[in-house]
Amino acid sequence: MPMNETNHYRAIVIGTSSGGFEFIKQIISGLSKDFQIPIIIVQHLHQNSNGEWIKLLDTFTALKIKEAEEKESIQPGYIYCSPANYHLMIEKDATFSLNIDELVNFSRPSIDVLFRSAAFAYQKQLIGIIGTGASKDGAEGLAFIKKMGGEIIVQAPKTATSSTMPIEAIKASEPKLILSPDEIISFLEEINLKPKLAYWANMNV
Amino acid sequence: MTSSIDPFSIDIGIHELLEEIHAKYGYDFQNYSEAHIRRRVLTKLESDNLENIDALIEKVLSDTIYAQNFLDHLSIRVTEMFRDPPFYQVIREKVIPLLKTWSFIRIWHAGCSTGEEVYSMAILLKEEGLYDRVQLYATDYNQSALNHAKAGIYEVQRIKKYIPNYQNSKPKASLSDYYFAQYDAAIMDFELKKNIVWANHNLVTDNDFAEMHMIICRNVLIYFNRNLQNRVFELFHKSLVNGGFLCLGTKENIKFSSQESNFEVVDPKQKVFKKKYAHE
Repeated sequence: MPMNETNHYRAIVIGTSSGGFEFIKQIISGLSKDFQIPIIIVQHLHQNSNGEWIKLLDTFTALKIKEAEEKESIQPGYIYCSPANYHLMIEKDATFSLNIDELVNFSRPSIDVLFRSAAFAYQKQLIGIIGTGASKDGAEGLAFIKKMGGEIIVQAPKTATSSTMPIEAIKASEPKLILSPDEIISFLEEINLKPKLAYWANMNV
Repeated sequence: MTSSIDPFSIDIGIHELLEEIHAKYGYDFQNYSEAHIRRRVLTKLESDNLENIDALIEKVLSDTIYAQNFLDHLSIRVTEMFRDPPFYQVIREKVIPLLKTWSFIRIWHAGCSTGEEVYSMAILLKEEGLYDRVQLYATDYNQSALNHAKAGIYEVQRIKKYIPNYQNSKPKASLSDYYFAQYDAAIMDFELKKNIVWANHNLVTDNDFAEMHMIICRNVLIYFNRNLQNRVFELFHKSLVNGGFLCLGTKENIKFSSQESNFEVVDPKQKVFKKKYAHE
């Protein structure tokens, strides 16, 4: 089947739970204002969370950040955050869908739900990142991204506030890239600048 | 799950499955959110140990009981009484005073699932002194959910979980005033049911209801694609009287739809809209 080879990753999905706010803050405050690849974040939230955390994050990033909206189309230069009490999914036409299906891994939003839908939508043009958390959520979704040819990164457990989620993700998906937040930032910045194929040529992979 | 996953062939298989279901059973899921349908189909393959979508298609076509069970799996049954308490506050404060100006009020609850939100509205209308002037039409395409709704029997444990929701809706009584509990089950007060008509109606394929003063359709449209959403908004517009209210889920919006200009916003956060008069 002829594949349409494009040079750039089309999206980055990030899943975090307890301690996630600090992790996300660290990553997005380290990214330059020219960072183009859209970032979509599921952070586990209390069902009544009102989105104040997004406003707070806004003060730490040069990028545009907002809550993901139903049917909104995903744009370069944006960071999208999950609303509370809904699962967040990505359609093949790079728009968001929300749903109120049952909790998955005791969570809504669930990281697995986002990651699986994103892997279908973007296949190998996707980067998945699992950060701090005391949950198993995201491990299966990250393995699925890898299976579909996407790139995967797990936060180095020793740098995580809560190491359970990174450890579970490492077990499930055996990532090449187990990185500290600073290393994640450098990796993403480099990918943002270079076409994908050239990047791997430099890495001698 | 099978080891080789080819997204391309999965989506072709799903396309075929939905076409077959439409042709044989008349239910049309072809304009639902693709990501949603894919997730439901894949969880079904996994839970029923089916090797691939062809196996699912074969079962759905050859076994009507299995088909019903699969249609149930595609429909959403996650609901609560007084889900989103601020919504019910807005109804009490901004909508009820206007509903009161009509002598008789027809309310359509579209996609009512197992009925929890219909009973919530019935309770609210009773507390606001409006219930006796209201006819509530509660519809869903899923007959088994509708039967459950009509019976109005819920687990006591679940109802107890709704108490904080109710208490945050600016209530005028206690939730336990509206049901009778015995052992593990609670049945909703008969008085709440007497003005409710339960009917099978499919938003995807069926027609409008006439002369509604309020339509409540929350967290249903998020499962539809943009085309189907527009069709349903049109259906709602046709079904409402001038000045009638449309209530959507908190993450749903008429903004950017083909009907945007025909409605004004009553509450932007709780997504309550009002049909404009034709000359406006």
